[in-house]
Amino acid sequence: MDLLLNICIYLPILGIVGILLTRNETAVKWISLIVTGATFVLSLPLLFNFDIANSAAQQYLTTGSQIIPGLDIKYMVGLDGFSLLLFMLTTLFGPIVVLSSWDSVSKHLPGYYSMLLLLQTASMGFFASLDLILFYAFFEISLIPMYFLIGIWGGKNRIHATVKFFIYTFAGSLIMLVGLIYLGYDAGAVMEGVSFTSDWQFLSSAAYQVGLVQQTWLFLAFALAFCIKVPLFPFHTWLPYAHTEAPTAGSVVLAAIMLKMGTYGLLRVCLPIFPNAFMTFAPYMATLAVIGIIYGALVAMVQKDWKKLVAYSSVSHLGFVVLGLFAFNAIAVQGAIIQMVNHGLSTGALFLIVGMIYDRTHTREIKQYGGIAKVIPVFATMFMITMLASIGLPGLNGFIGEFLILNGAFNSLVIPHNVFAVLATIGVILAAVYMLWLYQRVMFGPVTNKANNKLIDLNAREIGILVPLVLLMFWIGVRPVDFMQYSEQQVTEIVETSKQKSVAIRQAAEQEELPEWASKLYDVTDQLASQSK
Amino acid sequence: MNSATTLVSLIVGLPLVGFIINGLIGLSSEGYRTKKSLIGTIANLAVFVPFIIAFSIFLNMGEGSEPMFATLFTWIQAGSFSVDVAYQVDQLSIMMTLVVTGVGFLIHLYSIGYMWNDKGYWRFFAYLNLFIFAMLNLVLADNLLLLFLGWEGVGLCSYLLIGFWYTEMKNSSAAKKAFIYNRIGDFAFLIAMFLTFQHVGSLRFDAILNDLSAIPADDKFWIGLLMFIGATGKSAQIPLFVWLPDAMAGPTSVSALIHAATMVTSGIYLISRLSPMFVMAPEVMMIIAVIGALTALVAATIAITQNDIKRVLAYSTVSQLGYMFLALGSGAFTAAMFHVVTHAFFKACLFLGSGSVIHAMEHVEHGLHEEGKDVHFDPQDMRFMGGLKKYLPSTYKTFLLATIAIAGIPPLAGFFSKDEILAFTFNAGMGEYAGSLYMLLWVVGIFTAFLTAFYMFRLTFGTFNGPFKLPSKINEAKGAEKHLHESPKTMTIPLWTLGILSVVGGFMGVPNFLASTFTHEEAHINLLHNWLHSVTADYELILSHGTEWILMLVSIAIAVAGVWVAWRMYGDGQTEASDASLSERFGGLYQTWKEKYNLDELYEGGVANPLVRFSDKGLAKFDMKFLDGIVNTTGGVVRLFGSVFRYIQTGVASSYALGLVIGVIIILSLLIL
Repeated sequence: MDLLLNICIYLPILGIVGILLTRNETAVKWISLIVTGATFVLSLPLLFNFDIANSAAQQYLTTGSQIIPGLDIKYMVGLDGFSLLLFMLTTLFGPIVVLSSWDSVSKHLPGYYSMLLLLQTASMGFFASLDLILFYAFFEISLIPMYFLIGIWGGKNRIHATVKFFIYTFAGSLIMLVGLIYLGYDAGAVMEGVSFTSDWQFLSSAAYQVGLVQQTWLFLAFALAFCIKVPLFPFHTWLPYAHTEAPTAGSVVLAAIMLKMGTYGLLRVCLPIFPNAFMTFAPYMATLAVIGIIYGALVAMVQKDWKKLVAYSSVSHLGFVVLGLFAFNAIAVQGAIIQMVNHGLSTGALFLIVGMIYDRTHTREIKQYGGIAKVIPVFATMFMITMLASIGLPGLNGFIGEFLILNGAFNSLVIPHNVFAVLATIGVILAAVYMLWLYQRVMFGPVTNKANNKLIDLNAREIGILVPLVLLMFWIGVRPVDFMQYSEQQVTEIVETSKQKSVAIRQAAEQEELPEWASKLYDVTDQLASQSK
Repeated sequence: MNSATTLVSLIVGLPLVGFIINGLIGLSSEGYRTKKSLIGTIANLAVFVPFIIAFSIFLNMGEGSEPMFATLFTWIQAGSFSVDVAYQVDQLSIMMTLVVTGVGFLIHLYSIGYMWNDKGYWRFFAYLNLFIFAMLNLVLADNLLLLFLGWEGVGLCSYLLIGFWYTEMKNSSAAKKAFIYNRIGDFAFLIAMFLTFQHVGSLRFDAILNDLSAIPADDKFWIGLLMFIGATGKSAQIPLFVWLPDAMAGPTSVSALIHAATMVTSGIYLISRLSPMFVMAPEVMMIIAVIGALTALVAATIAITQNDIKRVLAYSTVSQLGYMFLALGSGAFTAAMFHVVTHAFFKACLFLGSGSVIHAMEHVEHGLHEEGKDVHFDPQDMRFMGGLKKYLPSTYKTFLLATIAIAGIPPLAGFFSKDEILAFTFNAGMGEYAGSLYMLLWVVGIFTAFLTAFYMFRLTFGTFNGPFKLPSKINEAKGAEKHLHESPKTMTIPLWTLGILSVVGGFMGVPNFLASTFTHEEAHINLLHNWLHSVTADYELILSHGTEWILMLVSIAIAVAGVWVAWRMYGDGQTEASDASLSERFGGLYQTWKEKYNLDELYEGGVANPLVRFSDKGLAKFDMKFLDGIVNTTGGVVRLFGSVFRYIQTGVASSYALGLVIGVIIILSLLIL
């Protein structure tokens, strides 16, 4: 099975080779579809054979040897409760984005599909990485295909958008790299026989403890990179540009997969390795998350561009995920994980929907629409269900995540006051406001733009793309347990062990002299952690 | 699966099956959409069969029998949080189930005829079934979260059905408004759940009610208040009631089912369900009573001034819901549920009757068009009606019965339930906590009872008495009355059923003192009290028989007075003339009522518009100019540095050598000095 995991990750690369060999346009599309489809099918056994009772353990593990002797950097991939669902989400979206581009992209096909496939490999590799240098490498590699996807196949202002996207994210990740190198040497000093290690299993274990002062800086370095990627308010300004200018497939991958890299990074790296800093900064991160939830929703509300509206809604939705992670209890973290999947499904579907209508009308301006529900009822139905999932209607997926996150945040020990959760809950009202208003302006009323009378409803390909997503929205909404069981054990365990680890680190720190700012900073957490609710 | 689980699954599941069949097939198959009898039959069976099952469960249930639980599967499970899809059948929930499926079925039946000519026939019935499914989840859930699923689910159906004719922007705006106002309430409901979970560690009603001591008094207040705020959204109370009148944009049978008989009573059900907790927070009880009474009064005053037949009924619904909250706040949970049931009968009857009237008026408009006359009028406007009793005899008789019932004339249904509410309010006024305030609320309640009788008879007289006014209003409409016809049987049968229920429905709750005064021993003739006493936590009635008699006579007198005044002013259908004289007599006050206290304008101008403007001119600009500006500036500064340092990177080896030398000299001199 560990071989199968590797096959899944690199199969798309094989597809690129095939594409470069044929260069026939139809063949290019079919190769891409077959490769991504095969990846998805092959990834299913990984899901079915996953040992749920052991979800805290890394499964299907491949461990290479040290690339440079003495430096513990190695090829190491595997799946666990944190990564499994996001890995599956990535393989699922593979064929979907290929199909969504089928008729709508016509320029430089071999290049386009190669980029999609490369992005696929980078994303899968990222979620499966268990060595942080590898993790970092995939994180960076994923930027390149997206840079070209926006820059070559994007809209009018694509160059500005893609440069901003690239440099902003890249600047963040360079800071992370500095942190990573420091972390590797710091941990290497503890490990026998090596001077550097980036082995996640070791870094996150109780055996390795980062001192409070170092933790602070390291946490900030990593968190900054991830927060830009999420993007968390106020680091989000690249997102509306990138989303609006990207081709449909780019927006979909960006929303469904790449934004999750940020929140996933917070969960994978920051929570277990820097638990003290994670808890100490929780109130500040929660503040940004809550601002993002409300701010993103309000700005989304007044957008005139359909796609931009969806982009800002992402800022709001991902605020929930960040809030859930920093609530630091099993309920909210479980909610955050399922919400990553939910956002992928519903926002991915929303971008697909916008793309489908854009293919027909070539405008994203909300004003150009109105009353089209009557003309294209199947489209209207799909859009309606997706919208309801997005605004968190119970029975659909979004509600599960939002409810658990808010409930967990309300009862969190590290978020100092339940006013955070209360304010975040306002986001639930605002989501209804901006989405229903959008839906009304686009779909209801009389047909205001004569040209729209001739719109053609979704074809079989388009329905085929959306139906699996819609079915998953219902499935997760009705039986979330079927999905959340994969991460339940690991989340409970990591939250618990990280708490213990933070106490151990705190006690160790008492032996040494802390700078005044550090003892002040961490005193607050101690008080909070000692409270019992 | 044991038999209880099977039965409950059928009750809840069949409407869902109906929705799926009519929804999916209708969406995909052109041919199916024209098979209207089939669609109607499926939808009707999907509600009728659950009614029969519920009825059989009801017959087998005793007064004090234990609740029956049916757990289907674990819904959500994360860390210490867990909640099941599980149902609880007890005296309270089976009663609501009977109302939802029973009245629901009658309205489904009515809709077969009412919606027959609509292109969205299949869609209508699919939504209607979905609504019943959601509503049954709401009333049968054994925990708050599943109840909330139903709660938001009925909100969704309400949204879909208010905006059913979505090609009119006005309708979809009303739909959106309903959803958003409900969401504001739901926000509070969510917080209430978080707080409950914090103390109890579970959201099951059982667990909460068995562990009330785990909730500190302060948080009982907050949970109660937040749930009540949730209820003000769904059940249309001050300050969130403004969506309900607009919701009349939907088809009339929807108004009857959702916006009168069932959904809007959810808040009352919720509070009754948790009544043992609410009585432990007397401050919340008081707030509920005050808001209820105020809403009853405010809505009634608006109802006096409206001319749209459905809007009068909508404000009347808001007002009657206010009575139910007054009952809850006075510790009369049983009386509140009683009024829920009787109101479902007479208000559904009134709405369906108004639908029949509107149907007839539309028919007139249609008939005139066929004669080649280009006549347009609002078929819901009372001012074009009058004299309809001759043409729509069944509609008239049932409408009149329901009007007498709501007005509180004995022995019809509304009399008993409203009288009990007022008696309990008075009773709370005799109590220790905030007695004088409750006395004041009783006065408000009595006064509103007068208004109720008055505006309802104004409506009935204006619609059915006097001459038919359309021909005198519009010249071209001369002889229009020949197009007036009674509605078909599928519509009149539900009308008569509900009409009869409006007459006899009250006998389930005849006050005990009526018997015990004569027998001089404790009586138990109030069937509803016997039925619900194990579930609801009613305040004890401390009034003497004499007081109860006086109170009853007062409420009869006040109702009769209301009818009498209405008869004097509107008996011959002279709506406009009498309205004018009312307006003259009450001046500014009347204008305030007519303009609905300007609440819509207040919310729009005071909240909605400023928020949009702030977001548009403030936040969006801030985002693009300031936040993004910082990013761009940072990029610009880096580029600036680059363009400066570029000159140093000349690529000429000798200039590098020069720099090297200068550097060495500087360092050396620093070291030496």
